[in-house]
Amino acid sequence: MNGPIVDARGLHKHFGALHVLKGVDLRVAERELVFVIGPSGSGKSTLLRCLNRLEEPSSGSVVVDGIDMLDPRTDINHARQRIGMVFQSFNLYPHMTALGNVTLALRKVAGKSRAQAEALGRAALERVGLADRAEHTPGQLSGGQQQRVAIARSIALEPRVMLFDEPTSALDPELVGSVLEVMRSLRESGMTMLVVSHEMGFARNAADRVVFMDEGAIVEEGPPAAIFETPAHERTRAFISQIQRH
Amino acid sequence: MEAIVQSFFNLEIIAASWPIVRAGLWNTVLLSLLVVPLGLLGGLMLALLASAKRPMIRWPLMAWVDFFRAFPPLVLLILLFAGLPFAGLELGGFVCVAIAFFLNTGAYYGEILRAGIDSVPAGQIEAARSTGLSRLQAMTYVVLPQAVRNVLPDLLSNTLEVVKLTALGSVVAVPELLYQARQAQSLTYNPTPIVVAAIIYFVMLWPVVRLLSRLENRAFAGR
Ligand SMILES: Nc1ncnc2c1ncn2[C@@H]1O[C@H](COP(=O)(O)OP(=O)(O)OP(=O)(O)O)[C@@H](O)[C@H]1O
Ligand SMILES: [Mg+2]
Repeated sequence: MNGPIVDARGLHKHFGALHVLKGVDLRVAERELVFVIGPSGSGKSTLLRCLNRLEEPSSGSVVVDGIDMLDPRTDINHARQRIGMVFQSFNLYPHMTALGNVTLALRKVAGKSRAQAEALGRAALERVGLADRAEHTPGQLSGGQQQRVAIARSIALEPRVMLFDEPTSALDPELVGSVLEVMRSLRESGMTMLVVSHEMGFARNAADRVVFMDEGAIVEEGPPAAIFETPAHERTRAFISQIQRH
Repeated sequence: MEAIVQSFFNLEIIAASWPIVRAGLWNTVLLSLLVVPLGLLGGLMLALLASAKRPMIRWPLMAWVDFFRAFPPLVLLILLFAGLPFAGLELGGFVCVAIAFFLNTGAYYGEILRAGIDSVPAGQIEAARSTGLSRLQAMTYVVLPQAVRNVLPDLLSNTLEVVKLTALGSVVAVPELLYQARQAQSLTYNPTPIVVAAIIYFVMLWPVVRLLSRLENRAFAGR
């Protein structure tokens, strides 16, 4: 068996006086889908953002696909191509078409020609079921479609791991399904995924492991059934009963 | 009435002074084509530096921008023109105008572009950086196009001011429109050339003013 794709150890993050991550250890194996749950402000987003160094960890180590992300000699822009990231608010470029969104990094970072980039970009849009929306701008797409374009923008770069930060929280309930469907098919294609989300149904039948975070630390982790039905910690139990009431 | 026409709308004078005024018009166009891009370039540099958000850069930058916005451009121009020769630099009026505008209008363009950059949500840069774009690439392809679109009315209105300000060149003997018109006035002992220059300025700038007010109405309707 190969080493883990994501290997974060002893991660600490301070924002001024605020201690947001307090020694987080997290490993994600190849093809594994790991869910991260926890109360608002527990540091889930910060953890994800430390993995691709959108946020600079205060201490600890992050190795992704064998690359030391915190080594100053690492070409961070090159390394980031291997780590897809999907945001709660989509963050599509509003002044470009869907295809333009998907091809920008292919052309400017991966160094593809325009023709190559467009072929790869259309293939990525096809994978998220939006081949016929390539020429639409984000403003002409529904929230669910925008999020799928955002996923296409990441997978077009053929990342080794995908980070999702609450990908469905900004969506109307009837649009959540289409995004989860795309995530499920990504998973079936063997993508390694780390997902911050409170979609319990999805976690139950797609996740290999659920990690519960509180106050900047991992409280417990395990298979979805164990975490959801027989949590070991009181804090986990309280959190799960709280979100199940919604 | 007759006297007014004789002094201000004198056709003979117009015909006689036209070659002089026309040369001025040409120089004003050239000057504008030089100082507008120069000011935009200066402004872009300032705005990009400001977006780095490092205190080490930020404070000197703010001081710079404040200084050149508070400094009357006419005084700046005369100071450069009169002062640089003492520093051993004989640069001529044209170059002095270019430097003064780079400093003065650059500071204004810089503030406008900085506001534009600030108006683009941080998530745009994060998305771009997460796909591996460098900071400069994220700025160039993602942030600046949106920033410019968001502050287009302000950029245009500043450009309008810049073109009007090129008339300052006349005090350091740059033969632009106003300077040439005054030359023609003193040659003909008649203010008609000044009226001609005024009309030319108006005809040149009025379409920009129209465009601007259409943009502003559109922005207003879009709210
Ligand atoms: N750039 C920042 N500067 C200062 N404080 C920050 C910054 N980013 C996050 N924080 C703080 O760090 C803590 C953890 O934030 P984080 O966004 O990681 O939590 P989260 O678990 O993702 O919460 P949510 O479920 O609400 O998204 C919060 O208290 C937040 O206010
Ligand atoms: Mg969050």
